[in-house]
Amino acid sequence: MPSLDDLRKRITSVKSTQKITKAMKMVAAAKLRKAQENAEKGRPYSEKMNNVILNLSKSITDKENAPKLLVGTGEEKVHLCIVLTADRGLCGGFNTNIIKKAKIYFEKIISENKTLKIITVGSKGYDQLKRQYKSYIVENISFKESKNINYFDADKVGKIIIEKFEKNEFDVCAIFYNKFKNVITQIPQEQQIVPLNEDKDDKDDSGNDNDYEFEPDEDEILSNLLPKNISTQIFKAMLENSASEQGSRMTAMDNATRNAGELVDRLTIEYNRSRQAAITKELIEIISGAESL
Amino acid sequence: MSNLFNIDIVNPEQSFLSKDNVFEVVIPAVEGEIGILKDHIPIISFLKPGIIRVFSESGEQSFYVEDGIVEFKDNTLSVLTSSIFDLKDADKNFVSESISSAEAELSKDNIDDQKRFLLNHKVEVLKSISIN
Repeated sequence: MPSLDDLRKRITSVKSTQKITKAMKMVAAAKLRKAQENAEKGRPYSEKMNNVILNLSKSITDKENAPKLLVGTGEEKVHLCIVLTADRGLCGGFNTNIIKKAKIYFEKIISENKTLKIITVGSKGYDQLKRQYKSYIVENISFKESKNINYFDADKVGKIIIEKFEKNEFDVCAIFYNKFKNVITQIPQEQQIVPLNEDKDDKDDSGNDNDYEFEPDEDEILSNLLPKNISTQIFKAMLENSASEQGSRMTAMDNATRNAGELVDRLTIEYNRSRQAAITKELIEIISGAESL
Repeated sequence: MSNLFNIDIVNPEQSFLSKDNVFEVVIPAVEGEIGILKDHIPIISFLKPGIIRVFSESGEQSFYVEDGIVEFKDNTLSVLTSSIFDLKDADKNFVSESISSAEAELSKDNIDDQKRFLLNHKVEVLKSISIN
């Protein structure tokens, strides 16, 4: 049975933790709004980029000589995985969910006897993966210094990928990030960026009968465009990720605040009970002392 | 009938410019400048460093772009670029910095002719900006 003093100390400590989690929730909420705005602002660019590439790839007739970034190297031996996570913790299952998703993919690759290479972006991902997959991690990038998500950072990652591709260091490249659905739901995503998957949007075949004029020819435009598209995809993932991170943190901190409140209530009841018990005990002692006289 | 069309200039972080009362746009495409009027044939091209001039009902605007992709379709001109600024608020320091970094790049030996051409061109354009 803890003493009254112990209980009092615990109550104050839980209360101050609650203050911190509450403040963190507020900060996350403010940041979330901004991150969401940024994600929305960045959407037109990646959408347009996708459209252009879609139109271009449809007009390419000579699949054999198409740029390798689009059609792949023809092999599937070496997989490069880009795992995008946050630099900070205390955001619920945010980082763990991405890692979980990525690990399933890793295991599949390893069990098929293919080569796995990992690039982690964000320090939390590296921390969680280094124990198990240390030998596979080829690079570890972190943008702790940059305050906001910017295209320049995404471009750096994109350039690394391109460089590795040109050196034939991998055949397939996939990125892992959290897609922001709403404040409480973030969906871990696995997206293949090399070779480009043209799965969706095949439905509207009627709309693409307008023949584009290309200047210079399709191949040259594509080879100029595809590297940019990789950076754009990374950037999009980073934006989604930052919105998800803040949303996830907000929910986690909201829960923590509520739990702390419950804990304080419980401790207060216990404190009052033992205080009353102590008073009753003293009373009994006094009364029985008086009786014995 | 009106001879106006739409222009959307977007960079990765936001939509940079969006207008629907444009009658002519001159873009620095990689094989030479292209003037675009309404009902131009659908075209996709990419840009070299240069100046985009937009002539609209509300006047003329000029922007410096470093690279990018243009698409014209259904009377909408989309310009995707990662680096763009309005000539009106050109930052002298930034321009001179870009010139010197491009020149430093030029002095390296391991660049191919195409890149050399683009860099030379970039320096030229930037210099013409800094004079005005």
